Formats: sequence, C-alpha cells, structure tokens
Amino acid sequence: MTMINTPGELETFRQEILSQRDAKKPCITLCSGSACHATGSNKVSTAIEREIEAQGVVADVSFRRTGCHGFCEQGPIVVIYPQGICYLKVQPEDIAEIISETIKENRVVERLIYVDPNSGEKTTLEEDIPFYKNQERLILGSNLKIDPKNLDDYLAVGGYQALAKALFKMSPEQVVDEVKEAKLRGRGGAGFPSGVKWDFARKAPGDKKYVVVNCDEGDPGAYMDRSVMEGNPFAVLEGLMIGAYAIGADEGYVYVRQEYPLAVQNLEIAIRKAEEYGFLGENILGSGFNFTVKVHRGAGAFICGEETSLLNSLEGKPGEPNARPPFPATRGLWGKPTNINNVETWANIPLVINKGAKAFSSIGTDGSKGTKIFSLVGKVNNTGLVEVPMGATLRDIIFKIGGGVPGGKQFKAVQTGGPSGGCLPESLLDTKVDFDELSKAGAMMGSGGMIVMDEDTCLVDIARYFLDFLSDESCGKCTPCREGIRQMLKILSNMTKGLGREGDIDLLLELAETTRGSSMCALGKTAPNPVLSTLNHFRDEYEAHINQHRCPSLSCKELIAFHIDPEKCKACGACFKKCPAEAIEGGKKQIHVIKQDLCTKCGACLVACPTAFGAVCKLSGEPVPAPLPEEARSIG
Amino acid sequence: MTVLEAARSVGVVIPTLCDHEKLAPYGACRVCTVEADANERTSLVAACQYPAEDGMVIRTRTEQVDKIRKLLLEQMLAHAPDSEQLNELAQVYGADRDRFAKESSFCILCGLCVRYCAEIKQKHAVGFFDRGSKREIAFVPEVAMRECWDCKECFPLCPTSALQAAYMLTEALMEQPEDDEPGSGHACAGHKCHCG
Repeated sequence: MTMINTPGELETFRQEILSQRDAKKPCITLCSGSACHATGSNKVSTAIEREIEAQGVVADVSFRRTGCHGFCEQGPIVVIYPQGICYLKVQPEDIAEIISETIKENRVVERLIYVDPNSGEKTTLEEDIPFYKNQERLILGSNLKIDPKNLDDYLAVGGYQALAKALFKMSPEQVVDEVKEAKLRGRGGAGFPSGVKWDFARKAPGDKKYVVVNCDEGDPGAYMDRSVMEGNPFAVLEGLMIGAYAIGADEGYVYVRQEYPLAVQNLEIAIRKAEEYGFLGENILGSGFNFTVKVHRGAGAFICGEETSLLNSLEGKPGEPNARPPFPATRGLWGKPTNINNVETWANIPLVINKGAKAFSSIGTDGSKGTKIFSLVGKVNNTGLVEVPMGATLRDIIFKIGGGVPGGKQFKAVQTGGPSGGCLPESLLDTKVDFDELSKAGAMMGSGGMIVMDEDTCLVDIARYFLDFLSDESCGKCTPCREGIRQMLKILSNMTKGLGREGDIDLLLELAETTRGSSMCALGKTAPNPVLSTLNHFRDEYEAHINQHRCPSLSCKELIAFHIDPEKCKACGACFKKCPAEAIEGGKKQIHVIKQDLCTKCGACLVACPTAFGAVCKLSGEPVPAPLPEEARSIG
Repeated sequence: MTVLEAARSVGVVIPTLCDHEKLAPYGACRVCTVEADANERTSLVAACQYPAEDGMVIRTRTEQVDKIRKLLLEQMLAHAPDSEQLNELAQVYGADRDRFAKESSFCILCGLCVRYCAEIKQKHAVGFFDRGSKREIAFVPEVAMRECWDCKECFPLCPTSALQAAYMLTEALMEQPEDDEPGSGHACAGHKCHCG
C-alpha cells in the first residue's frame, strides 16, 4: 500500500475500494466482539469459512467478522446482506443449512430468526426486530458494516472524510467552534461540553500539547466503550486526530484497561494501518499536520477512569487523583495542556464534522445532543448495547427495546450511571435520558450503565453492593472518601444482616453529606449516590430492615428463612434430593421439614418444589412456624 | 498562592493535618475544607490546594464546614484515638472520639512521612500500599534497612505517632531469627503483615 498524500488521493482510493465491491453480492457477517467471543463466535467463524469452501460458494459470497451488534443476549449473531436477514444464537452446526438455504436458495432458516418472547411473533430482518427498530445507531451502526481489522472497510463507509474536511476546509478554531455549536457533551460521566473543554486546551499556553482517549471503562456490567473500541477503533482514532488538530497537539495516548485485549489488538491494527496509509505520522494527507498515537494499558483500577488519576497512571505514578484546578487543559500529562475525552465522545467527532453541528444538534434534547449508548443489563429480556437519541425515556429503553422484565416479575428500579449513579423507581420511568434530567431525578447519565432490577432485588443490598465496589476501588487518598465509604458500607452490611439500629439512616445521611462535600475527586463526591437515591425512593425498605429485621424483597440471606408449608407438601422428595446441605428431613409419605440450623439458604428447595405444589416459601421478619411433631408428618 | 497560604498571611487559622511547609500540598485529610465563592457559585474546597484569587470570598467557619470537620475528625479518631493533635481539634469542633467503632491502625494516612521521604530525602523508604479502605503505609525493608537508622526525620512529623509503631514493627521483623516457626518471622515481613 502506498501512502495517501492528498484528500484527492483519498477520494480516488475510496472509489477504487467501492468499485471492487458488489453491493448485491451476498455477504455473511458475524459479530465477533468479546461478548460473542464468549458465546462461541470463533467456532462459528471457522464453520462459516469451512462451509463456504465445502459448498463451493467461495466466489459467490463474502464473509466479514464485525464488531459487536449490541444484541448480546442473542449472540453469536449472523446477518446476511444485502437483505439483512438476521440469525440469532447461531451454532457451528447451523452454518451448513444457512449456506445451503439462505445463500444458495434465498430461503430463510426459520428456526434461527427472532421470536418475540411476549407475542411469539417472528421477525426475519434485523432492522425489524424490536430491539433494533427502536434504536438510532449513529455510532454503533458502523460496527455492523465493517471488519475492525480492515481499514478499507472503514474507508468504504466514508472513513477519514471528516479528517480530510477538518484539515483542509477548517481552521482549528472552526473545528472547536463546530464541536461547541454541536453541543456535544462528554460521554464519560460528567457531561461537560466537549467544545468548551477543547477550547480551554487550545487556548492554554504551551508548544507541547496532548490528547488522550479514556478507555478505562470500569462500571460493573458496562461495556459500551469496549464495543466501540473493538468494533470501530478507526472512528475513535479519527476523532482523536481531529481533536489533536483543533487544540494543537502532536501526540496522543489511548489508555485502555488491561482487561480489554481484543480492543487493544484491534486498536493497534488500526493505528498501524493508519500509519501505513499516512493518516498518522508526519504531514498527514499533505496538510503539514503531524500526529502520532501510543497505546497504554491500564492495570485495572476504576479510579483511573477519573482524568487526573488516568494521567498520573499514564506517567507511571500511582493512579490517584490530583486537585482540580489546575485542570488537565492547562496542566495535564507531564505538566502540558492535555485534552482527555472518553471513547464514545471521540467516536462522535467524525459525525459532528461530517454532518455539521446543525444536523448533529437536531437530534436530542435542549441540553443533551446526539445519541447515547447504554449497556442494558440485569433483569431485562433483551440485554445488550442500545443506542438511543437523547431524550428517549427510560420506559422506552427498558420495555420497548429491552422487552421488559423476564419471568413475569414486576419491575422495581433501574440503576443508571454506574456505581456512583442512582436507582430510579417505576414512578420515574418516564424520565428522559438527558444529562440534566437524570441528575434532577437523583441518578446520573454516567458513562451509560443501565441495570434493571425486579421485585426480588433488595435495594438496601444494592446500595451495599455498590459501596462495597467503591470501597475496593477508592484510591484511599482522602479521608472523606476512604472513611466515609468504609462507615457507610459497615452500616449497610449490618442492615442486611439484621443488625441495623435506630439512627442508622440519619448517620448514613450525615456521612453521605461529608463524603459528597469534601472528597477530592468525582469518585468520592458521587460515592454516596447509591445510598442517597435508594433512601430517597425506597426508604421503607431501609426501615423494614432496621425496625423489623425484615427484607421486603426476601433477598437478604440473613433475614430470610425457607419453610415448607405442611398443608401443601406432598412428600414428593424433590427438595430433599436437591438440598446440598442435607437440611431437609423427609421420607416416603412423610411431610418434609427444613432443619433451620443446617439450612444454608441457597434456595435449591424453592426451585425444586413443583409449581403445582408450591410448598416451599421464603419468610422474612416473622418466626418460622415450628415443625410438625414427627408422628404428625405421615400423609395418605 | 493557595487559599490556606492567603489565610495564614493575614492570620486566619484554618486547621490542617496533612499540610507541611516543606511539602507540596496533598489534600488528603480534608479538615482544611472551606466554603468558597468562585466562578459564580459557592462550593466546598480544600484550602491547602485551591488557588486563591482576587475578590474570592472564603468562609472558614460555617455550620456545614464545621459539621464536615467534626465528622472527619471522628472518622480519624476511630483509627488514632489517642492522637494529641486530633483530640485538640476534636475539642474545637465537638467531635466525639468514640463515635465510630475503633479500628486502631494508629495511622490516618496523612502521608507526611511518605511525602517527606520522597520529596525532601528522595529515598522512598516508606510508601503507601493497597488502596481504598485497605490503604496503609509501610517501610520498604530493603531501603529502610539502609537509609532509616541515621535519618528518622519523619518521626516527629507524624500526627498520631503511628509511624514509630510501624517503624518498630519493620525493625522487629527484620531482626527475626532465620529459624523462626513458619507463619511468623521472615515469612510475613512483607507490607501485609499484621502479626504485630
């Protein structure tokens, strides 16, 4: 490959790539993100390659391994273009049929298409599946179209056009103004206006400046950035280059967490290809702009998602925050002006430049523009990544796209914004996803984690869980964060064990106020949120734990007991056989009894008891009825 | 100039625990938290790090500031209940030294010893280990053995006298005979040791 030296050559090269591609030729795509990797997409890939050859269709079909499609619940996913036929949970043994039926005969393999779990309705085309139909995938959309290891694929869908436009048709100031006007806000958590941040770094005095990509995604259950980086590292790099040009940086770093090997692999390929093609290095596209990028792997600390900690870690120091001000825009990496943005923010930049600020800001709400990717997980039918325009309601995301709560259970709460976010109840489901609206409701946008909880989830225990996470992940530098989290966690743990005391709620509020008010960085300042939001919306659960030693969700192990209702037990022996602790007494035609002192509360008996009998139940806050005397246990 | 320096220059007292004139501001203890009117809003900032500006209004004692200092002191007193410095401040802010269950690590992680050793002596004989609620200070035996005997300049800096205890522990561990029973002695001479 020769270098591309001018925007003209780039366009010629793009046309060349397109002319070699036949849009009508069938193309099998297979999602190959980390999630599908886990469900066996590698084996499916081998099977596809083998069958294409075995069935003699090498010339008639192309095959592309793409990034994450988002519908991870149903992976591995195979989509066949040009029609867009979507097959879910595809296994290697399905491939022969897909090739012989769909590729050769243009017939749909019915058993592999989407069936709505609620209505039973079948859907053939990807775009018609409710999970996808209700999304607007401006960022994730290209994940479906390109092989993340193939730069030509990215060029074919218009890649690096934004860079050429910025370098040749816009001054750095104009680029900053465009981002400002687009009202793009940082996708990493705080939602700070990106253009304003860029402007600070651009205007900061200094010859040497840096740009940094924050890919230290650490929220439990969230993997938006991983999927963007794995599926389309080119867009992130292109955004970064445009940002570097705008603020006057010639060096960039991508900080990726250690646990994302595929993201690093794809990113490194993308960087190498960009160097080969001349998008990175000296005199890029003949513009005189020089820029290089290095990848740095983080060692796995949640706190390193905080920008000053990330920069310290990048310098080889412990990942601990610095006071702001000075902000990185004036004193960042190695004391130089630095602009640091999250993966998704950078990936939005080519879009802003290509479409223009007006088009970009036509999507979304007054205060939040564009789309946002959420990682929809927990007690929801369609788990996966969803991208919606800002302003979509939580209800739409959870019920229209997510397909609601599985198993006929009741929705209870949704947690947004990661460990420092908040839990919102049913009554706030019509809240719009918008930086300000979510904050007003007592949650936050965060980087896009969204955990759905059903009636079986105890909100006191959830608050405890997040505080436990934060107690491990706080760096421990400042007192209010380290000690405040320690004390709040102690109180919450006690509550879930039935050791809650009067006054605990007031003490929690006092600790929360100090932790929020005086911590050094955002981790501490937001650490009390899980406590405050659950207290705000589910105070009755706290009170039940403290006053009655009762867990209303029947979830806290130390506050519940399993009991077999003697009226309902048919002595079938199902629970007796399943109990791993040998805590069930019973025999043929003998009503079964749980020996409370041996019971480990694993719940196996509850699952084992046939629904028709429904004899096993959970109790909380009430005494377990005394077991029947042995002589009274015989039945019929 | 920081808010703390500005306050001191005009004789206004703001309490501190992790501040030291020779060391870079660190912002760990947070008892210097004050209320500042800056950028058209009122916020709580650490006086030892926040840059002072012309026209900035700082309130060093408000109900909220005092409440925060009181709670921070109570949390630190759980670790170092007999520290004179903490008890003096506790009197000022009405902090109850027995409010939280004792976890006598003796150390409040102000980092004075760690930073002094790094910034002034440039020896790095003592450092922080682990993070979050597990964070602690410890001497690095190999460096401490070589550097500390003739220095000990960090001893008087410690607001809780924890450092001395930690140092004695390291010393004791380093002198354990080789043939000690497994589980004590050299086998646990690392920073995680709680055998003392």
